[in-house]
Amino acid sequence: MTAPITLVGSGLAGYNLARELRKLLPDAPLRVVTADAGDFYSKPMLSNALTANKTAAQLAMKPVAKMVEELKAEVLSHTRVTAIDRTAKVLHTAAGELPYSKLVLALGADQLQPGLAGSAAAAVVSVNDLAEYAHFRELLEGKQRIVLLGAGLIGCEFANDLAASGRQVDVVDLANWPLSRLLPETAGQYLHDKLAGLGVRFHLGTSVQAVEGEAGAYRVSLANGKALEAELVLSAIGLRPRLQLASAAGLAVNRGIVVNRLLQTSDPDIYALGDCAEVDGQVLPFVLPIMQAARALAPTLAGTPTPVVYPAMPVVVKTPVCPTVVAPPAMGSVGAWQVERSETGIKALFKGEQDQLLGFALLGAATSERQALAPQLPAVLA
Amino acid sequence: MRQFQCIVCGFIYDESVGLPEDGIAAGTAWDAIPEDWSCPDCGVAKADFEMVQIA
Repeated sequence: MTAPITLVGSGLAGYNLARELRKLLPDAPLRVVTADAGDFYSKPMLSNALTANKTAAQLAMKPVAKMVEELKAEVLSHTRVTAIDRTAKVLHTAAGELPYSKLVLALGADQLQPGLAGSAAAAVVSVNDLAEYAHFRELLEGKQRIVLLGAGLIGCEFANDLAASGRQVDVVDLANWPLSRLLPETAGQYLHDKLAGLGVRFHLGTSVQAVEGEAGAYRVSLANGKALEAELVLSAIGLRPRLQLASAAGLAVNRGIVVNRLLQTSDPDIYALGDCAEVDGQVLPFVLPIMQAARALAPTLAGTPTPVVYPAMPVVVKTPVCPTVVAPPAMGSVGAWQVERSETGIKALFKGEQDQLLGFALLGAATSERQALAPQLPAVLA
Repeated sequence: MRQFQCIVCGFIYDESVGLPEDGIAAGTAWDAIPEDWSCPDCGVAKADFEMVQIA
């Protein structure tokens, strides 16, 4: 029997690749190995599910059994891969040794750990997958005062979601405005004011140093000398690609697992995509790049090498109190932001030296211009 | 009027609102949207949407 094409990971990257692959190879043996339960869910929905009143169980759109049936794949759930033997082309797992023909790493990313002092530092939670979301919902039961670390994309989404569901939210971030890596200051200030209008309290230009106390009654000390009371402390300070498995196997890694435009690692039989991958120098932990990668990698695995193409991929920030779409300029772009502020929103355009559009940030009513502006942007990977 | 949700990213298409900026007028039935239309948030095809029950 031929060893199956094997995917490690059952997030959006793993399962969407499996779906694309099945369209091209209806009968090839396919195996998915995952440390998770293997139910299909959409990670971007985890940070806006409270207002939508969705439980973890409701977010699992398809149970693992349904995925097995639809994909005609073997899915080994709760099975962690401990090592890759590249010479023998075998995965070492808790369920024994599994041979592969081609291997795809769709491992995702870990939440960065905030590195805090204090007796209750270990009580700080993060929400990085469906199981952690279920745990978070249990802890949240009956709690009203939340301290949130991080005012980036996920932090802002959680702040909106928690405040809109009637909770008191304090957000702490070292930056001077929310979404500081994606938005120019005027736009960040607009988002700040909208979230503040919902009741979110920001503590910016400072960081959390320590968490003391006991379950449900924490004292959070900030570097600026303030202290906040919290019943629950949530951290959303950023993502770090999971590199350990690839690195231990001797594959090239940098910020992510290094792959070329074919999504191929330094081992020609091993590929990577999604939040764990660094594609032609870029780590882009968003949905659109995953979909582009899955659509290219499927034909590559099926025998037609297909380089991944990234068009401009605006990122939608799920903050209903202030609809936001942002297409940040590529790293190292030369140019400047031109910001138009109106009563109903912000239109910020990043223009290059020849007045060409290199990026944008649209907030409020201005988000309606996304469809018109996106085609003017340069491709991220042409 | 019905709503449909993208199973990949959570985007909701509301027939009563349409997507005017995408050239789809308010009141456009889901069935009237072309098959080659894709989710504005994540790019998945129309076939990958699922109907969501509204209250």
